[in-house]
Amino acid sequence: MREEIKRSYFIAKKDMGAYYLKPPLISWGLMLPIVFVFAFYFRNPAGIKEVVPGLIGLTLLFSCTSMAAIVITFEKRIGALERLLLAPLNFRTILLGKALGSTLFGLMVAVFITLILIPLMGLSVKHFWAFVLIFILSGLAFSLLGILISVGVKEVFEAMTMSNFFRFPMIFLCGVFFPVPSMPFPLPILSYLLPLTYTVDGLRHCLLEGIPMMPLFLDLLILLGFVVLIFALSLSIFKRRIRQDF
Amino acid sequence: MGALIQVKDITKFYGPTLAVDHISFSVKEGEVFGFLGPNGAGKTTTIRMMVGLTQPSSGTAWVDGHNVTKETVEVKKTIGLVPEASNLYGELTSLENLIYQAELYGIARKERKDRALRLLEEFGLKEHQDKPFQKLSRGLKRRLTIAAALIHHPKILFLDEPTTGLDVMSARGLRKLILDSKKKGLTIFLTTHYIPEAETLCDRIAIIVQGKIRVVDTPENIRDQMKEAEVLEIGLDRTPEDLKSKLPSVDGIDKIVIDENRVRFHTRRLDQVASPIIRSLEGHGAKIKSINTLSPSLEDAFVKITGLDSELMKIDKPVKGGSES
Repeated sequence: MREEIKRSYFIAKKDMGAYYLKPPLISWGLMLPIVFVFAFYFRNPAGIKEVVPGLIGLTLLFSCTSMAAIVITFEKRIGALERLLLAPLNFRTILLGKALGSTLFGLMVAVFITLILIPLMGLSVKHFWAFVLIFILSGLAFSLLGILISVGVKEVFEAMTMSNFFRFPMIFLCGVFFPVPSMPFPLPILSYLLPLTYTVDGLRHCLLEGIPMMPLFLDLLILLGFVVLIFALSLSIFKRRIRQDF
Repeated sequence: MGALIQVKDITKFYGPTLAVDHISFSVKEGEVFGFLGPNGAGKTTTIRMMVGLTQPSSGTAWVDGHNVTKETVEVKKTIGLVPEASNLYGELTSLENLIYQAELYGIARKERKDRALRLLEEFGLKEHQDKPFQKLSRGLKRRLTIAAALIHHPKILFLDEPTTGLDVMSARGLRKLILDSKKKGLTIFLTTHYIPEAETLCDRIAIIVQGKIRVVDTPENIRDQMKEAEVLEIGLDRTPEDLKSKLPSVDGIDKIVIDENRVRFHTRRLDQVASPIIRSLEGHGAKIKSINTLSPSLEDAFVKITGLDSELMKIDKPVKGGSES
Protein backbone atom coordinates (compact mmCIF):
# COMPACT_ATOMS: atom_id res chain seq x y z
CA MET A 1 0.00 0.00 0.00
CA ARG A 2 2.82 2.37 0.97
CA GLU A 3 4.62 1.53 -2.27
CA GLU A 4 1.42 2.19 -4.26
CA ILE A 5 0.98 5.62 -2.68
CA LYS A 6 4.63 6.40 -3.34
CA ARG A 7 4.27 5.55 -7.02
CA SER A 8 1.02 7.54 -7.23
CA TYR A 9 2.99 10.46 -5.85
CA PHE A 10 5.63 10.04 -8.60
CA ILE A 11 2.88 10.13 -11.23
CA ALA A 12 1.46 13.25 -9.59
CA LYS A 13 4.90 14.88 -9.42
CA LYS A 14 5.50 14.18 -13.11
CA ASP A 15 2.09 15.61 -14.04
CA MET A 16 2.74 18.73 -11.96
CA GLY A 17 6.00 19.34 -13.81
CA ALA A 18 4.72 18.40 -17.25
CA TYR A 19 1.28 20.02 -17.21
CA TYR A 20 0.14 21.87 -14.11
CA LEU A 21 2.98 24.20 -13.24
CA LYS A 22 2.87 25.88 -16.63
CA PRO A 23 1.99 29.58 -16.89
CA PRO A 24 -1.24 29.14 -18.94
CA LEU A 25 -2.76 26.70 -16.46
CA ILE A 26 -1.70 28.71 -13.40
CA SER A 27 -3.07 31.93 -14.85
CA TRP A 28 -6.35 30.23 -15.82
CA GLY A 29 -6.62 28.75 -12.33
CA LEU A 30 -6.21 32.20 -10.73
CA MET A 31 -8.16 34.20 -13.27
CA LEU A 32 -11.59 32.69 -12.68
CA PRO A 33 -11.87 33.37 -8.93
CA ILE A 34 -10.37 36.84 -9.32
CA VAL A 35 -12.95 37.72 -12.00
CA PHE A 36 -15.76 36.43 -9.76
CA VAL A 37 -14.50 38.40 -6.75
CA PHE A 38 -14.41 41.63 -8.73
CA ALA A 39 -17.80 41.00 -10.32
CA PHE A 40 -19.42 40.48 -6.92
CA TYR A 41 -17.55 43.25 -5.22
CA PHE A 42 -18.70 45.85 -7.75
CA ARG A 43 -22.28 44.59 -7.59
CA ASN A 44 -22.61 44.50 -3.82
CA PRO A 45 -19.48 45.44 -1.82
CA ALA A 46 -21.25 44.90 1.51
CA GLY A 47 -22.38 41.35 0.66
CA ILE A 48 -19.12 40.03 -0.74
CA LYS A 49 -18.24 38.28 2.54
CA GLU A 50 -21.27 36.04 2.11
CA VAL A 51 -19.97 34.57 -1.14
CA VAL A 52 -16.36 33.99 -0.01
CA PRO A 53 -16.97 30.29 0.88
CA GLY A 54 -18.61 29.81 -2.51
CA LEU A 55 -15.76 31.55 -4.33
CA ILE A 56 -13.20 29.35 -2.59
CA GLY A 57 -15.27 26.29 -3.46
CA LEU A 58 -15.51 27.38 -7.10
CA THR A 59 -11.75 27.98 -7.23
CA LEU A 60 -11.19 24.44 -5.97
CA LEU A 61 -13.69 23.03 -8.46
CA PHE A 62 -12.31 24.78 -11.52
CA SER A 63 -8.62 24.37 -10.74
CA CYS A 64 -8.98 20.70 -9.78
CA THR A 65 -10.97 19.79 -12.87
CA SER A 66 -9.12 22.00 -15.39
CA MET A 67 -6.54 19.40 -16.42
CA ALA A 68 -7.92 16.32 -14.67
CA ALA A 69 -10.79 16.22 -17.13
CA ILE A 70 -8.47 15.88 -20.12
CA VAL A 71 -5.26 14.35 -18.77
CA ILE A 72 -6.03 10.67 -19.40
CA THR A 73 -7.71 11.30 -22.76
CA PHE A 74 -4.74 13.43 -23.80
CA GLU A 75 -2.12 10.89 -22.70
CA LYS A 76 -4.04 8.10 -24.40
CA ARG A 77 -4.03 10.08 -27.63
CA ILE A 78 -0.28 10.77 -27.60
CA GLY A 79 0.54 7.20 -26.55
CA ALA A 80 1.99 8.19 -23.17
CA LEU A 81 -0.70 6.41 -21.14
CA GLU A 82 0.73 3.18 -22.50
CA ARG A 83 3.93 3.86 -20.56
CA LEU A 84 1.98 3.88 -17.31
CA LEU A 85 0.09 0.76 -18.31
CA LEU A 86 3.39 -0.98 -19.05
CA ALA A 87 4.87 -0.19 -15.65
CA PRO A 88 4.15 -2.66 -12.84
CA LEU A 89 1.32 -0.52 -11.48
CA ASN A 90 -2.28 -1.45 -10.94
CA PHE A 91 -5.11 0.69 -12.27
CA ARG A 92 -5.81 2.02 -8.77
CA THR A 93 -2.29 3.45 -8.46
CA ILE A 94 -2.50 5.14 -11.87
CA LEU A 95 -5.87 6.76 -11.12
CA LEU A 96 -4.79 7.87 -7.68
CA GLY A 97 -1.62 9.40 -9.16
CA LYS A 98 -3.59 11.30 -11.78
CA ALA A 99 -6.07 12.54 -9.16
CA LEU A 100 -3.30 13.53 -6.74
CA GLY A 101 -1.55 15.72 -9.32
CA SER A 102 -4.74 17.54 -10.04
CA THR A 103 -5.64 17.86 -6.35
CA LEU A 104 -2.24 19.32 -5.46
CA PHE A 105 -2.59 21.90 -8.20
CA GLY A 106 -6.16 22.76 -7.15
CA LEU A 107 -5.11 23.10 -3.51
CA MET A 108 -2.22 25.35 -4.44
CA VAL A 109 -4.46 27.74 -6.36
CA ALA A 110 -7.26 27.62 -3.76
CA VAL A 111 -4.89 28.21 -0.82
CA PHE A 112 -3.37 31.18 -2.67
CA ILE A 113 -6.83 32.71 -3.25
CA THR A 114 -7.89 31.93 0.33
CA LEU A 115 -4.81 33.60 1.77
CA ILE A 116 -5.73 36.76 -0.15
CA LEU A 117 -9.49 36.70 0.49
CA ILE A 118 -9.57 35.93 4.22
CA PRO A 119 -7.51 38.91 5.45
CA LEU A 120 -8.96 41.16 2.72
CA MET A 121 -12.52 40.45 3.90
CA GLY A 122 -11.61 40.51 7.58
CA LEU A 123 -12.64 36.87 8.07
CA SER A 124 -11.16 34.29 10.42
CA VAL A 125 -11.08 30.52 10.26
CA LYS A 126 -12.98 28.56 12.91
CA HIS A 127 -12.51 24.77 13.09
CA PHE A 128 -9.08 24.94 11.40
CA TRP A 129 -8.59 21.19 10.90
CA ALA A 130 -12.08 20.77 9.50
CA PHE A 131 -11.27 23.65 7.14
CA VAL A 132 -8.13 21.80 5.99
CA LEU A 133 -10.09 18.55 5.62
CA ILE A 134 -12.76 20.25 3.50
CA PHE A 135 -10.03 21.50 1.18
CA ILE A 136 -8.43 18.06 0.85
CA LEU A 137 -11.65 16.06 0.47
CA SER A 138 -13.19 18.57 -1.94
CA GLY A 139 -9.97 18.75 -3.95
CA LEU A 140 -9.93 14.96 -4.25
CA ALA A 141 -13.65 14.75 -5.06
CA PHE A 142 -13.42 17.40 -7.80
CA SER A 143 -10.22 15.92 -9.28
CA LEU A 144 -11.81 12.49 -9.35
CA LEU A 145 -14.88 13.98 -11.00
CA GLY A 146 -12.54 15.34 -13.67
CA ILE A 147 -10.85 11.94 -13.96
CA LEU A 148 -14.27 10.27 -14.23
CA ILE A 149 -15.00 12.46 -17.25
CA SER A 150 -11.53 11.82 -18.66
CA VAL A 151 -11.88 8.03 -18.50
CA GLY A 152 -15.43 8.09 -19.82
CA VAL A 153 -14.77 9.90 -23.12
CA LYS A 154 -12.62 9.19 -26.15
CA GLU A 155 -11.57 12.63 -27.36
CA VAL A 156 -10.09 15.68 -25.64
CA PHE A 157 -12.83 18.00 -26.96
CA GLU A 158 -15.50 15.67 -25.54
CA ALA A 159 -13.78 15.89 -22.17
CA MET A 160 -13.83 19.71 -22.30
CA THR A 161 -17.52 19.76 -23.21
CA MET A 162 -18.45 17.22 -20.57
CA SER A 163 -16.51 18.97 -17.82
CA ASN A 164 -18.30 22.26 -18.54
CA PHE A 165 -21.60 20.40 -18.60
CA PHE A 166 -20.91 19.37 -15.01
CA ARG A 167 -19.14 22.47 -13.74
CA PHE A 168 -21.30 25.36 -14.86
CA PRO A 169 -24.60 24.14 -13.37
CA MET A 170 -22.73 23.65 -10.08
CA ILE A 171 -22.09 27.42 -9.92
CA PHE A 172 -25.83 28.00 -9.56
CA LEU A 173 -26.96 24.80 -7.87
CA CYS A 174 -24.53 24.41 -4.99
CA GLY A 175 -25.23 27.38 -2.78
CA VAL A 176 -22.34 29.48 -4.09
CA PHE A 177 -24.51 32.56 -4.59
CA PHE A 178 -28.00 31.49 -3.42
CA PRO A 179 -28.67 29.31 -0.36
CA VAL A 180 -29.79 25.84 -1.40
CA PRO A 181 -32.93 25.74 0.81
CA SER A 182 -34.23 28.92 -0.84
CA MET A 183 -34.16 27.37 -4.32
CA PRO A 184 -37.45 26.30 -5.91
CA PHE A 185 -38.31 22.59 -5.94
CA PRO A 186 -36.88 20.32 -7.44
CA LEU A 187 -33.53 22.17 -7.73
CA PRO A 188 -32.44 21.39 -4.12
CA ILE A 189 -32.61 17.67 -4.97
CA LEU A 190 -30.03 18.23 -7.69
CA SER A 191 -27.97 20.36 -5.29
CA TYR A 192 -27.77 17.54 -2.74
CA LEU A 193 -26.35 15.25 -5.43
CA LEU A 194 -23.37 17.53 -6.13
CA PRO A 195 -20.18 17.61 -4.01
CA LEU A 196 -19.68 21.38 -4.28
CA THR A 197 -22.84 21.87 -2.14
CA TYR A 198 -21.08 20.25 0.84
CA THR A 199 -17.81 22.09 0.20
CA VAL A 200 -19.58 25.44 0.31
CA ASP A 201 -21.66 24.47 3.34
CA GLY A 202 -18.58 23.24 5.20
CA LEU A 203 -16.65 26.39 4.35
CA ARG A 204 -19.58 28.50 5.59
CA HIS A 205 -19.26 26.70 8.95
CA CYS A 206 -15.60 27.62 9.10
CA LEU A 207 -15.72 31.19 7.82
CA LEU A 208 -19.12 32.78 8.50
CA GLU A 209 -21.56 33.25 11.35
CA GLY A 210 -25.13 32.11 10.83
CA ILE A 211 -26.85 28.82 10.18
CA PRO A 212 -25.39 26.51 7.55
CA MET A 213 -27.41 23.77 5.89
CA MET A 214 -26.20 20.77 7.90
CA PRO A 215 -23.71 19.85 10.66
CA LEU A 216 -20.03 20.19 9.77
CA PHE A 217 -19.22 16.53 10.42
CA LEU A 218 -21.95 15.53 7.97
CA ASP A 219 -20.50 17.79 5.26
CA LEU A 220 -17.13 16.09 5.80
CA LEU A 221 -18.64 12.62 5.84
CA ILE A 222 -20.60 13.21 2.64
CA LEU A 223 -17.51 14.64 0.91
CA LEU A 224 -15.59 11.51 1.95
CA GLY A 225 -18.43 9.44 0.53
CA PHE A 226 -18.16 11.31 -2.78
CA VAL A 227 -14.41 10.65 -2.89
CA VAL A 228 -14.90 6.91 -2.37
CA LEU A 229 -17.87 6.69 -4.75
CA ILE A 230 -16.34 8.67 -7.62
CA PHE A 231 -13.03 6.81 -7.23
CA ALA A 232 -14.75 3.43 -7.41
CA LEU A 233 -16.80 4.53 -10.40
CA SER A 234 -13.77 5.98 -12.24
CA LEU A 235 -11.75 2.83 -11.53
CA SER A 236 -14.42 0.57 -12.92
CA ILE A 237 -14.86 2.70 -16.08
CA PHE A 238 -11.08 3.06 -16.49
CA LYS A 239 -10.55 -0.72 -16.34
CA ARG A 240 -13.34 -1.33 -18.84
CA ARG A 241 -12.10 1.42 -21.18
CA ILE A 242 -8.54 0.15 -21.15
CA ARG A 243 -9.72 -3.37 -21.98
CA GLN A 244 -11.80 -1.99 -24.83
CA ASP A 245 -9.18 0.36 -26.24
CA PHE A 246 -6.03 -1.75 -25.87
CA MET B 1 18.31 -23.22 -21.73
CA GLY B 2 14.63 -23.13 -20.71
CA ALA B 3 11.73 -21.29 -22.32
CA LEU B 4 11.31 -17.81 -20.92
CA ILE B 5 8.17 -17.16 -22.93
CA GLN B 6 5.56 -19.81 -23.58
CA VAL B 7 2.58 -18.93 -25.76
CA LYS B 8 -0.21 -21.46 -26.00
CA ASP B 9 -3.03 -21.33 -28.52
CA ILE B 10 -3.52 -17.59 -28.14
CA THR B 11 -6.26 -15.89 -30.16
CA LYS B 12 -7.49 -12.32 -30.41
CA PHE B 13 -10.69 -11.02 -31.96
CA TYR B 14 -11.38 -7.30 -32.38
CA GLY B 15 -15.14 -7.41 -32.83
CA PRO B 16 -15.69 -9.84 -35.68
CA THR B 17 -12.11 -9.45 -36.98
CA LEU B 18 -9.69 -12.22 -36.15
CA ALA B 19 -6.30 -10.56 -35.51
CA VAL B 20 -4.38 -13.52 -34.05
CA ASP B 21 -5.43 -17.06 -34.82
CA HIS B 22 -4.53 -19.81 -32.32
CA ILE B 23 -0.77 -19.33 -32.26
CA SER B 24 1.70 -21.21 -30.07
CA PHE B 25 5.46 -20.83 -29.72
CA SER B 26 8.16 -20.50 -27.11
CA VAL B 27 11.18 -18.24 -26.71
CA LYS B 28 14.34 -19.53 -25.07
CA GLU B 29 16.38 -17.61 -22.54
CA GLY B 30 19.11 -15.49 -24.13
CA GLU B 31 17.89 -15.71 -27.72
CA VAL B 32 16.71 -13.04 -30.14
CA PHE B 33 13.35 -14.21 -31.40
CA GLY B 34 11.80 -12.41 -34.35
CA PHE B 35 8.22 -12.13 -35.48
CA LEU B 36 8.38 -11.53 -39.22
CA GLY B 37 5.32 -10.59 -41.19
CA PRO B 38 3.69 -7.87 -43.28
CA ASN B 39 1.76 -4.99 -41.72
CA GLY B 40 -1.50 -6.18 -40.21
CA ALA B 41 -0.24 -9.74 -39.72
CA GLY B 42 -0.93 -9.66 -35.94
CA LYS B 43 2.62 -9.00 -34.71
CA THR B 44 1.84 -6.00 -32.47
CA THR B 45 -1.32 -7.62 -31.11
CA THR B 46 0.71 -10.68 -30.11
CA ILE B 47 3.31 -8.54 -28.30
CA ARG B 48 0.59 -6.60 -26.51
CA MET B 49 -1.00 -9.83 -25.30
CA MET B 50 2.35 -11.13 -24.09
CA VAL B 51 3.07 -8.00 -22.03
CA GLY B 52 -0.39 -7.82 -20.48
CA LEU B 53 -1.60 -4.73 -22.37
CA THR B 54 -4.28 -6.60 -24.32
CA GLN B 55 -6.43 -9.44 -23.07
CA PRO B 56 -6.45 -12.51 -25.35
CA SER B 57 -9.85 -13.74 -26.53
CA SER B 58 -8.69 -17.29 -25.78
CA GLY B 59 -5.48 -19.12 -24.93
CA THR B 60 -2.78 -17.72 -22.72
CA ALA B 61 0.93 -17.08 -22.36
CA TRP B 62 3.52 -17.32 -19.60
CA VAL B 63 6.40 -14.89 -19.29
CA ASP B 64 9.13 -15.96 -16.90
CA GLY B 65 6.61 -18.35 -15.37
CA HIS B 66 3.91 -15.71 -14.85
CA ASN B 67 0.53 -15.99 -16.51
CA VAL B 68 0.02 -12.86 -18.64
CA THR B 69 -3.71 -12.66 -18.00
CA LYS B 70 -3.64 -13.29 -14.25
CA GLU B 71 -0.29 -11.91 -13.08
CA THR B 72 0.11 -8.80 -15.22
CA VAL B 73 1.96 -6.75 -12.61
CA GLU B 74 4.52 -9.57 -12.13
CA VAL B 75 4.90 -9.91 -15.92
CA LYS B 76 5.51 -6.16 -16.25
CA LYS B 77 8.32 -6.32 -13.67
CA THR B 78 10.13 -8.87 -15.86
CA ILE B 79 9.80 -7.20 -19.24
CA GLY B 80 10.64 -3.97 -21.01
CA LEU B 81 8.60 -2.95 -24.05
CA VAL B 82 9.59 -0.52 -26.76
CA PRO B 83 6.43 0.22 -28.73
CA GLU B 84 6.45 1.18 -32.38
CA ALA B 85 5.96 4.87 -31.58
CA SER B 86 8.55 6.37 -29.22
CA ASN B 87 6.21 7.50 -26.46
CA LEU B 88 8.18 9.06 -23.64
CA TYR B 89 7.08 12.40 -22.20
CA GLY B 90 7.82 15.27 -24.56
CA GLU B 91 8.11 17.90 -21.85
CA LEU B 92 10.64 15.96 -19.74
CA THR B 93 14.35 15.86 -20.54
CA SER B 94 16.10 12.60 -21.42
CA LEU B 95 17.43 12.28 -17.87
CA GLU B 96 14.08 13.17 -16.27
CA ASN B 97 12.30 10.62 -18.45
CA LEU B 98 14.65 7.84 -17.34
CA ILE B 99 14.45 8.84 -13.68
CA TYR B 100 10.64 8.90 -13.90
CA GLN B 101 10.66 5.39 -15.38
CA ALA B 102 12.93 4.28 -12.54
CA GLU B 103 10.47 5.78 -10.03
CA LEU B 104 7.55 3.93 -11.60
CA TYR B 105 9.45 0.64 -11.33
CA GLY B 106 10.18 1.22 -7.66
CA ILE B 107 13.96 1.50 -8.03
CA ALA B 108 15.63 2.81 -4.87
CA ARG B 109 16.18 6.56 -4.81
CA LYS B 110 20.00 6.40 -4.58
CA GLU B 111 20.17 4.10 -7.61
CA ARG B 112 17.82 5.95 -9.98
CA LYS B 113 20.14 8.66 -11.21
CA ASP B 114 23.15 6.32 -11.50
CA ARG B 115 21.23 3.87 -13.65
CA ALA B 116 19.83 6.67 -15.81
CA LEU B 117 23.26 8.22 -16.38
CA ARG B 118 24.80 4.83 -17.16
CA LEU B 119 22.12 4.14 -19.78
CA LEU B 120 22.52 7.58 -21.33
CA GLU B 121 26.24 6.90 -21.64
CA GLU B 122 25.72 3.41 -23.04
CA PHE B 123 23.19 4.59 -25.63
CA GLY B 124 25.27 7.58 -26.76
CA LEU B 125 22.80 10.08 -25.30
CA LYS B 126 24.98 11.72 -22.66
CA GLU B 127 25.20 15.03 -24.49
CA HIS B 128 21.42 15.10 -24.89
CA GLN B 129 20.59 14.38 -21.26
CA ASP B 130 19.14 17.84 -20.58
CA LYS B 131 17.23 18.14 -23.85
CA PRO B 132 13.45 17.68 -23.72
CA PHE B 133 12.38 14.44 -25.40
CA GLN B 134 10.30 16.35 -27.95
CA LYS B 135 13.44 18.13 -29.20
CA LEU B 136 15.35 14.92 -29.99
CA SER B 137 15.65 13.47 -33.50
CA ARG B 138 13.64 10.37 -34.33
CA GLY B 139 16.68 8.11 -33.99
CA LEU B 140 17.61 9.55 -30.59
CA LYS B 141 14.01 9.25 -29.40
CA ARG B 142 14.10 5.59 -30.34
CA ARG B 143 17.36 5.04 -28.43
CA LEU B 144 16.01 6.81 -25.36
CA THR B 145 12.80 4.76 -25.50
CA ILE B 146 14.88 1.58 -25.52
CA ALA B 147 17.01 2.90 -22.66
CA ALA B 148 13.81 3.63 -20.69
CA ALA B 149 12.66 0.04 -21.26
CA LEU B 150 15.92 -1.23 -19.75
CA ILE B 151 16.03 0.97 -16.64
CA HIS B 152 14.69 -1.79 -14.35
CA HIS B 153 17.02 -4.48 -15.78
CA PRO B 154 14.29 -6.61 -17.39
CA LYS B 155 14.89 -10.22 -18.38
CA ILE B 156 13.10 -9.80 -21.69
CA LEU B 157 13.05 -6.84 -24.04
CA PHE B 158 10.15 -6.57 -26.48
CA LEU B 159 10.84 -4.39 -29.49
CA ASP B 160 7.96 -3.59 -31.81
CA GLU B 161 9.29 -2.65 -35.26
CA PRO B 162 12.43 -1.09 -33.75
CA THR B 163 13.85 0.48 -36.90
CA THR B 164 10.67 1.56 -38.67
CA GLY B 165 10.93 5.13 -39.87
CA LEU B 166 14.63 5.51 -39.02
CA ASP B 167 17.32 6.62 -41.42
CA VAL B 168 19.94 4.07 -42.49
CA MET B 169 22.59 5.17 -39.99
CA SER B 170 20.22 5.30 -37.01
CA ALA B 171 18.78 1.90 -37.94
CA ARG B 172 22.27 0.42 -38.20
CA GLY B 173 23.28 1.90 -34.83
CA LEU B 174 20.13 0.54 -33.27
CA ARG B 175 20.73 -2.96 -34.63
CA LYS B 176 24.17 -2.86 -33.08
CA LEU B 177 22.64 -1.86 -29.75
CA ILE B 178 20.24 -4.79 -29.99
CA LEU B 179 23.07 -7.23 -30.66
CA ASP B 180 25.10 -5.72 -27.79
CA SER B 181 22.14 -6.21 -25.46
CA LYS B 182 21.87 -9.84 -26.55
CA LYS B 183 25.56 -10.35 -25.77
CA LYS B 184 24.84 -9.17 -22.23
CA GLY B 185 22.36 -12.03 -21.87
CA LEU B 186 19.10 -10.21 -22.52
CA THR B 187 16.34 -12.20 -24.18
CA ILE B 188 14.89 -10.17 -27.03
CA PHE B 189 11.56 -10.55 -28.79
CA LEU B 190 11.24 -8.31 -31.80
CA THR B 191 8.72 -7.78 -34.55
CA THR B 192 9.75 -6.60 -37.95
CA HIS B 193 8.59 -6.52 -41.52
CA TYR B 194 12.14 -6.08 -42.83
CA ILE B 195 13.38 -9.51 -43.94
CA PRO B 196 17.12 -8.59 -43.83
CA GLU B 197 16.67 -7.21 -40.32
CA ALA B 198 15.16 -10.48 -39.11
CA GLU B 199 17.96 -12.39 -40.85
CA THR B 200 20.70 -10.26 -39.25
CA LEU B 201 19.37 -10.04 -35.73
CA CYS B 202 17.39 -13.15 -34.95
CA ASP B 203 18.42 -16.56 -33.69
CA ARG B 204 14.96 -17.86 -34.54
CA ILE B 205 12.13 -16.44 -36.58
CA ALA B 206 8.39 -17.00 -36.63
CA ILE B 207 6.80 -16.02 -39.92
CA ILE B 208 3.28 -14.74 -39.29
CA VAL B 209 0.68 -13.93 -41.92
CA GLN B 210 -2.98 -13.04 -41.30
CA GLY B 211 -2.70 -13.93 -37.63
CA LYS B 212 -1.33 -17.42 -38.22
CA ILE B 213 2.23 -18.64 -37.72
CA ARG B 214 3.48 -20.37 -40.87
CA VAL B 215 6.88 -21.49 -39.62
CA VAL B 216 9.16 -21.14 -36.57
CA ASP B 217 12.83 -21.93 -37.10
CA THR B 218 16.33 -20.49 -37.45
CA PRO B 219 16.96 -18.28 -40.51
CA GLU B 220 19.34 -20.97 -41.83
CA ASN B 221 16.76 -23.73 -41.56
CA ILE B 222 14.10 -21.58 -43.16
CA ARG B 223 16.47 -20.81 -46.05
CA ASP B 224 17.22 -24.53 -46.33
CA GLN B 225 13.60 -25.14 -47.19
CA MET B 226 14.47 -23.49 -50.51
CA LYS B 227 17.58 -25.55 -51.06
CA GLU B 228 16.06 -27.37 -53.98
CA ALA B 229 15.54 -24.08 -55.78
CA GLU B 230 18.56 -22.39 -57.30
CA VAL B 231 19.01 -19.27 -59.34
CA LEU B 232 21.20 -18.93 -62.43
CA GLU B 233 22.06 -15.28 -63.00
CA ILE B 234 23.45 -14.31 -66.39
CA GLY B 235 24.84 -10.83 -67.06
CA LEU B 236 24.49 -9.59 -70.65
CA ASP B 237 25.98 -6.66 -72.54
CA ARG B 238 22.42 -5.80 -73.62
CA THR B 239 19.12 -7.50 -73.16
CA PRO B 240 17.59 -8.55 -76.51
CA GLU B 241 14.05 -7.26 -77.05
CA ASP B 242 11.25 -9.59 -76.04
CA LEU B 243 13.77 -11.99 -74.55
CA LYS B 244 11.26 -14.03 -72.56
CA SER B 245 9.37 -15.13 -75.67
CA LYS B 246 12.59 -15.92 -77.53
CA LEU B 247 13.94 -18.25 -74.88
CA PRO B 248 13.29 -21.92 -75.49
CA SER B 249 10.71 -23.59 -73.30
CA VAL B 250 13.30 -25.55 -71.39
CA ASP B 251 11.84 -27.98 -68.90
CA GLY B 252 12.79 -27.11 -65.33
CA ILE B 253 12.76 -23.29 -65.50
CA ASP B 254 10.28 -22.13 -62.85
CA LYS B 255 10.59 -18.39 -63.30
CA ILE B 256 12.54 -15.84 -65.36
CA VAL B 257 13.26 -12.40 -63.89
CA ILE B 258 14.84 -9.73 -66.09
CA ASP B 259 16.50 -6.90 -64.20
CA GLU B 260 18.09 -4.47 -66.70
CA ASN B 261 20.98 -6.46 -68.23
CA ARG B 262 20.79 -9.33 -65.78
CA VAL B 263 18.50 -12.30 -66.29
CA ARG B 264 17.70 -14.66 -63.39
CA PHE B 265 16.46 -18.17 -64.07
CA HIS B 266 14.84 -19.89 -61.07
CA THR B 267 15.23 -23.63 -61.46
CA ARG B 268 15.40 -26.91 -59.62
CA ARG B 269 17.51 -28.60 -62.34
CA LEU B 270 20.44 -26.30 -62.81
CA ASP B 271 22.65 -28.98 -64.34
CA GLN B 272 20.10 -29.70 -67.07
CA VAL B 273 19.00 -26.19 -67.96
CA ALA B 274 22.25 -24.20 -67.91
CA SER B 275 23.56 -25.25 -71.35
CA PRO B 276 20.32 -24.82 -73.34
CA ILE B 277 19.83 -21.38 -71.77
CA ILE B 278 23.32 -20.20 -72.64
CA ARG B 279 23.05 -21.55 -76.20
CA SER B 280 19.71 -19.88 -76.68
CA LEU B 281 20.91 -16.50 -75.43
CA GLU B 282 23.96 -16.59 -77.68
CA GLY B 283 21.76 -17.67 -80.57
CA HIS B 284 19.77 -14.47 -80.12
CA GLY B 285 22.85 -12.34 -80.36
CA ALA B 286 23.26 -11.63 -76.65
CA LYS B 287 26.84 -11.36 -75.41
CA ILE B 288 27.29 -13.07 -72.05
CA LYS B 289 29.42 -11.06 -69.60
CA SER B 290 28.95 -13.09 -66.42
CA ILE B 291 27.37 -16.27 -65.09
CA ASN B 292 26.58 -16.78 -61.40
CA THR B 293 24.57 -19.19 -59.35
CA LEU B 294 22.79 -17.59 -56.40
CA SER B 295 21.86 -19.25 -53.12
CA PRO B 296 18.24 -18.83 -52.07
CA SER B 297 17.73 -16.00 -49.58
CA LEU B 298 15.39 -15.73 -46.62
CA GLU B 299 13.31 -13.48 -48.86
CA ASP B 300 12.92 -16.35 -51.37
CA ALA B 301 11.93 -18.65 -48.52
CA PHE B 302 9.47 -16.08 -47.20
CA VAL B 303 7.83 -15.77 -50.60
CA LYS B 304 7.63 -19.53 -50.92
CA ILE B 305 6.22 -20.08 -47.43
CA THR B 306 3.71 -17.24 -47.40
CA GLY B 307 2.85 -16.92 -51.07
CA LEU B 308 3.14 -13.14 -50.57
CA ASP B 309 5.03 -10.70 -52.77
CA SER B 310 8.16 -9.71 -50.83
CA GLU B 311 7.58 -6.10 -51.97
CA LEU B 312 4.74 -6.04 -49.43
CA MET B 313 7.33 -6.31 -46.69
CA LYS B 314 9.01 -3.10 -47.76
CA ILE B 315 5.96 -0.97 -47.03
CA ASP B 316 6.16 0.91 -43.72
CA LYS B 317 2.96 1.54 -41.90
CA PRO B 318 2.39 5.08 -40.65
CA VAL B 319 3.80 5.56 -37.16
CA LYS B 320 1.09 6.26 -34.58
CA GLY B 321 1.40 8.49 -31.51
CA GLY B 322 2.36 12.10 -31.11
CA SER B 323 5.96 11.82 -30.12
CA GLU B 324 7.62 11.23 -33.45
CA SER B 325 9.20 13.98 -35.46
